[in-house]
Amino acid sequence: MNLHNIFDEIEKADPEFTGRTSPRREVIRNMGSFGKKVALTALPLALGGLFKKAYGQTPSDVLDVLNFALTLEYLESEFYKKGVATSGLIPAGTPAFTALTRIRDDEAAHVAFLRTTIASLQGGTQPATKTFASFDYTAKNTFPDVFSNYDTFLAVAQAFEDTGVRAYKGQAPRLMGTANRAVLTAALQIHSVEARHASHLRQMRRARGAASGTLKPWITGTVSGIGSATNAIYAGEDNTMQAGVNISGITADGITISPNAATEAFDEFLTKDQVLAIVTPFLA
Amino acid sequence: MTKNIDSTEGKILVEPAKTVSGLSRRKFLNYAGASASLALLAAACKKDDVMNDGVNLGSGDTGILNYAYALEQLEAAFYIQVIKTPYANISADEKSYLTDIRDHEIAHREFFKAALAGSAIPALEVNFTSINFADRTSVLATAKAFEDLGVSAYNGAGQLIVKADYLVLAGKIVSVEARHAALIRDLISNGSFVGNSTDDKIVDANGRDLARTPSEVLAIAGNYIKTKINPSNLPS
Repeated sequence: MNLHNIFDEIEKADPEFTGRTSPRREVIRNMGSFGKKVALTALPLALGGLFKKAYGQTPSDVLDVLNFALTLEYLESEFYKKGVATSGLIPAGTPAFTALTRIRDDEAAHVAFLRTTIASLQGGTQPATKTFASFDYTAKNTFPDVFSNYDTFLAVAQAFEDTGVRAYKGQAPRLMGTANRAVLTAALQIHSVEARHASHLRQMRRARGAASGTLKPWITGTVSGIGSATNAIYAGEDNTMQAGVNISGITADGITISPNAATEAFDEFLTKDQVLAIVTPFLA
Repeated sequence: MTKNIDSTEGKILVEPAKTVSGLSRRKFLNYAGASASLALLAAACKKDDVMNDGVNLGSGDTGILNYAYALEQLEAAFYIQVIKTPYANISADEKSYLTDIRDHEIAHREFFKAALAGSAIPALEVNFTSINFADRTSVLATAKAFEDLGVSAYNGAGQLIVKADYLVLAGKIVSVEARHAALIRDLISNGSFVGNSTDDKIVDANGRDLARTPSEVLAIAGNYIKTKINPSNLPS
């Protein structure tokens, strides 16, 4: 990585930057102000350079999270690419086809964005590329008809999206800190897009009779409408306690929050190890 | 309305001329709801100096939690009204979905209220005069605006949070708001759950959702909140 080029770019946006790069405390203090002047898309790049300048090392925790996220995004991206390209799987010319194509494009954008961010943080070194062959979408024959049965395809799609939501949520604290603000925000922005996808897929599956036509855009208890194969993905979603507050049974405005509503109102996180255990069967 | 509060007595002085007969049913409902909120607001006037510079959200994580609490109050009040006076020809599915969302928003609001305890801001007075609760288009357009706004607010505030537990809690809520947003959008136009690339752009070329700063969010939310909010001590 050519640090001088980056600093030149920052200086164009913030002429006083050079004077701010030392001592270390000044760097951190000034991040907020220069961040406003640098285009948002350039921010991860700029922060990567600044971080190295300030600490003389790569932010390993941040890179670990981003590489982990990249694997999940590749898992999704290659899945939708294959699904959309498989003739006869998704009914052609339907809103469903349009929706799944849009989701495919979002996931591809996440892959590209994470790759760019990781490369900039590690001095231009590109992260490893993954392809369709990197994955086993049958999950070791748990979903043997994933690319020939539309309902199986949608079920696996929902499982991936709900897993993604939980995974990003669990990793967010590892992205905290002044130097990582742009990366954390980007991760949160991807997190909510995954939730939008999950919501739509659940509606699609409900319309096709999932969970006897009762599946909701949000997660009720541990109901997935899929079966025991995805139990680990929904484990703990039936939690009703949040920071010591029991949400179930709260009464306000003459309305009592039911146990179901209490579980739906808060999505739960998964740890990295929990997510890896879920994802491992899908790795080739 | 705030001018009608007698801060020394903590009482609400409602103008006698504004009787029920002179108001539509919808406006009366708004009026009645607003009065209930005002009573709480008035009670808090003395200690929080509400009259001078608005309800102060506070600083640090407390400020961010109060900011979220304010937004959840707005959403909850909206959906309570939606279910109280359902729009014409509402389908059973739509009423069920909107009732679920109402309960989720009440759960969020009450959670923040409990978590903040003595640091919580008072109940806010909402202003829904621009919404026609009898009309599906008006209700769903407002719901979409509120849900997208909520998602962008949590996405933008995450970086301002110091305590990891609070960041996780915000994360637990924002993804549910995103699920709501996608559903509401699909009810309006099936397939619009992530917007589109032209006139309804919410996801950028990098596949990222909206993120807004508190001042950007409050400028929009302020159209529906009558109580003046003072975010000047929020972290940035």
